[in-house]
Amino acid sequence: MTEPVLSVRDLQVEFALRRGALRAIDGVSFDIAKGEVLGVVGESGAGKSVTGLAVIGLIDPPGRIAGGEIYLSGLRIDHLPPEDLRRIRGKRIGMIFQDPLTSLNPLYRIGDQIVETIRTHTNLSEQAARKRAIDLLAEVGIPAPDKRIDGYPHEFSGGMRQRVVIALAICAEPELIIADEPTTALDVSVQAQIISLIKRLGRDHGTAVMLVTHDMGVIAETSDRVAVMYSGRIAEIGPVQDVIQNPMHPYAKGLMGAIPTLAGEDKRLVQIPGSMPRLSAIPQGCSFNPRCAFAFDWCRIERPEPIRHGTQAVACHLYDASVKETAA
Amino acid sequence: MLAFTLHRAIQAIGVMIAVGIIAFSMFRFAGDPVNQIVSLDTPPAERAEVRKSLGLDDPVIVQFARYVGNAAQFKFGVSYQFRQPVTALLMERMPATLELATCATVLAMVFGILMGVYSALRRDTLLAKAFQAISLIGISLPTFLIGILLIYLFSVTLGWLPSFGRGDVVRIGWWTTGLLTVSGLKALIMPSVTLGLFQMTLIMRLVRAEMLEVLRTDYIRFARARGLTTRAIHFGHALKNTLVPVITVAGLQFGSVIAFAIITETVFQWPGMGLLFVQAVQNVDIPIMAAYLLMVSLIFVTINFVVDILYTVVDPRLRSTISGAA
Amino acid sequence: MSDTVVPHKAGSSAPRAGVASAPWLARLGASDVFYSFRRSRLTMAAAAVTLLFFLIAIFAPLLAVQNPFDPAQLQLMNSRIAPLWTADGQSPFLLGTDEQGRDVFSAILYGLRISLTVGLLGVLFSGTLGIVLGLIAGYFGGAVDSLIMRIADVQLTFPAILIALLINGVVKSVFGNRLDAMSMLAVLVVAIGLSFWVQYARTVRGSVMVEKNKDYVAAAQLIGLPAPVIMLRHVLPNTMGPVLVIATINLALAVITEATLSFLGSGMPDTMPSLGTLIRIGNNYLFAGEWWIVAFPGITLAALILSINLLGDWLRDALNPKLR
Repeated sequence: MTEPVLSVRDLQVEFALRRGALRAIDGVSFDIAKGEVLGVVGESGAGKSVTGLAVIGLIDPPGRIAGGEIYLSGLRIDHLPPEDLRRIRGKRIGMIFQDPLTSLNPLYRIGDQIVETIRTHTNLSEQAARKRAIDLLAEVGIPAPDKRIDGYPHEFSGGMRQRVVIALAICAEPELIIADEPTTALDVSVQAQIISLIKRLGRDHGTAVMLVTHDMGVIAETSDRVAVMYSGRIAEIGPVQDVIQNPMHPYAKGLMGAIPTLAGEDKRLVQIPGSMPRLSAIPQGCSFNPRCAFAFDWCRIERPEPIRHGTQAVACHLYDASVKETAA
Repeated sequence: MLAFTLHRAIQAIGVMIAVGIIAFSMFRFAGDPVNQIVSLDTPPAERAEVRKSLGLDDPVIVQFARYVGNAAQFKFGVSYQFRQPVTALLMERMPATLELATCATVLAMVFGILMGVYSALRRDTLLAKAFQAISLIGISLPTFLIGILLIYLFSVTLGWLPSFGRGDVVRIGWWTTGLLTVSGLKALIMPSVTLGLFQMTLIMRLVRAEMLEVLRTDYIRFARARGLTTRAIHFGHALKNTLVPVITVAGLQFGSVIAFAIITETVFQWPGMGLLFVQAVQNVDIPIMAAYLLMVSLIFVTINFVVDILYTVVDPRLRSTISGAA
Repeated sequence: MSDTVVPHKAGSSAPRAGVASAPWLARLGASDVFYSFRRSRLTMAAAAVTLLFFLIAIFAPLLAVQNPFDPAQLQLMNSRIAPLWTADGQSPFLLGTDEQGRDVFSAILYGLRISLTVGLLGVLFSGTLGIVLGLIAGYFGGAVDSLIMRIADVQLTFPAILIALLINGVVKSVFGNRLDAMSMLAVLVVAIGLSFWVQYARTVRGSVMVEKNKDYVAAAQLIGLPAPVIMLRHVLPNTMGPVLVIATINLALAVITEATLSFLGSGMPDTMPSLGTLIRIGNNYLFAGEWWIVAFPGITLAALILSINLLGDWLRDALNPKLR
């Protein structure tokens, strides 16, 4: 087995606020292999985006990585000095943000922004970088790239701008791409194109992709594996087909039940009662227990840790034989 | 772009007409111009004669048209106190004011931007806090107090700099400049600092606020995610985006600087238009007041116009929306 | 702006959603505003100094050794005495006297009174004018709105001091050059009021534009409430936060403007001097070495404006956390 491109171990992220620290991420672990797409799904506030930002080292104060380890191809990166981390960002890890309309500096030509990024991470000359920028724009599917390269961001449509953003993310051939809700701000018709573009780029270059989204449909289409996050923890992680067809965690069950399918028209869509707890008021034990139909006493006392079940791993007392015995 | 320019030009002319009406009303209705020219014991017949010769018996609209016509040729009548054409008085004093205002603006821009950028990027350092304190004092101390304080320090106590006047000036055509002599430059220092301090404070605060705002934007976050160097992000991306609104404000402020020069010129007895205006207000010299108002408005409106156009040159988004709208 | 007054929606993830649906004033007391007030020692000091100045102004006759406005109490033989702690000091003139034998300390107390009176009345005048015009512009819209806002735009490009000076000059030329002190005070209030209304009008207009499309205004219109009632009772309270901030900062500006006009010789006369007048008088004696005549009024003015500004700054940040 080769070393995973990204390996996150027991990550903890805290936000120091006036009324005490809020733990946004609490003990998250996962791996992404070369060429693999990991989908990270969950409600807003579950900690998906924060996880992505923590990996690339962009958690701003008052937030901080409070514990755990992050490895990029074996190199530990969570404690690197800012300058070293900066060299990794954009070169070895590419990032795509949610809103292409605001991701690009409106006062700079897109070509200048790409050339600037390339020249930051390589020794290419101005002309060579420009040539590469045109190639990149062509690769992400921008028509007439040799002309469009001198355009300003506002001259591009939302979908085209997201392509530019993707070109920027891949311009130094990174090992890992973190895509944070890359399609949420786009029209539905454009979403599919962007998703297939990310997927194709991942396949062509063998890039590992961490795809953060709240849209299970996007995950089902693109990901190899999926991590379901709930209030700062991974509730369940496993191959995408297994998790979709056989979700184990009650929350994942609810989430999968909330996807409409063509086949099961007679089934009612499942709705999960209640809403995710605020970070300042996470209940004791399993944070999902107030909304869980299967919760028993132990769920309100002890927090479940992820346990492996076949291809999946799930953090739920229902699947922990020892706990069941104790409770009974 | 042409339509936009035209639109702005029409707006500017509208403002000038409005100011013209105000100036004319002051000139015509605030006190009887005849009284200012004739003495108290002038017989009524002679008064009527003067009134007629001034055209004050014509319909108001005719008088207004005449006033505007004259103003367009920079004829603003005769000063009550000096018995000289107002235009000559103003032109004689304009170089002094413009030199002072320009120096003050340059000082304010250079230091304001430097201090603003520093205090945005190094928010919690001692120096940044010191800048913040200076800015609060700059806003709180009235201009004339700063002037008095400087005079007390550098003229009365230390005797380094002159406390009043322009020093020796060199005449170049109709323009007089104090920039070419040592005494002229020395005389310029304190007034420029006094006048520029408030603007510097303003620019510093604006730069700081804008820069902090820009640093929070998505494209800065994305620039960081692209691994650009801090220097490139701060001084390439953030600064450029910060300076766009700052240019506007600083440009617009130039008009204010000229108007604020009234105070500085009084403190330092600087022989500019502002001092002339203050004397005019004290002595109810309406023609000078009206002319000053028109002159300053013209400068304001011109600057506004130029800044608007400049803004579209700097910001590509505006350029295309404007050409799109045109 | 509205997020400072609209209660948080239930279930929002904001950590301080606990202070929901309380009325605006109660929120002010209970929440971040009061917290930040207690946290900032500087602000508390500024508040204390401001309060002190107001008290001094109110009780000036009790504290002063003479009435500086009453020529009968001034004696020329007492002129230009240095402060008490210097070698040439004479009791009871703590801060020395000016060229008319006026006690500088007493003159400052009374001058503070004049400065604060003009400032407060000016703010009141400009605030009322601005709020009314803003409400009218925002509520009725159309031609009225564009007329008012055009005037505001044009006026905003001119510094207040220029406008105040012009108004001053025009009043002088209409009523003659020599107005008595109380009329001069009224002129200053009007000049300052007319110079500073724009900001209120703009802010209030903006809020009205937002509020008037909301459902509760439509509901109020449906049950037949007249427009002025809707404006005053429903829309206006929503704008009070920003208006309060503007008023505080404008109080400092009004005091500065009054002092500047008086310094330029277009404000309060020598017989009833404000702080600005005192500084103008004292400035003439600076080269003679009689620094106290200008220094103490100057320090008082600076301290007054600084503390009001500090309060205004804090209030702005506290009511609008986004700007911090």
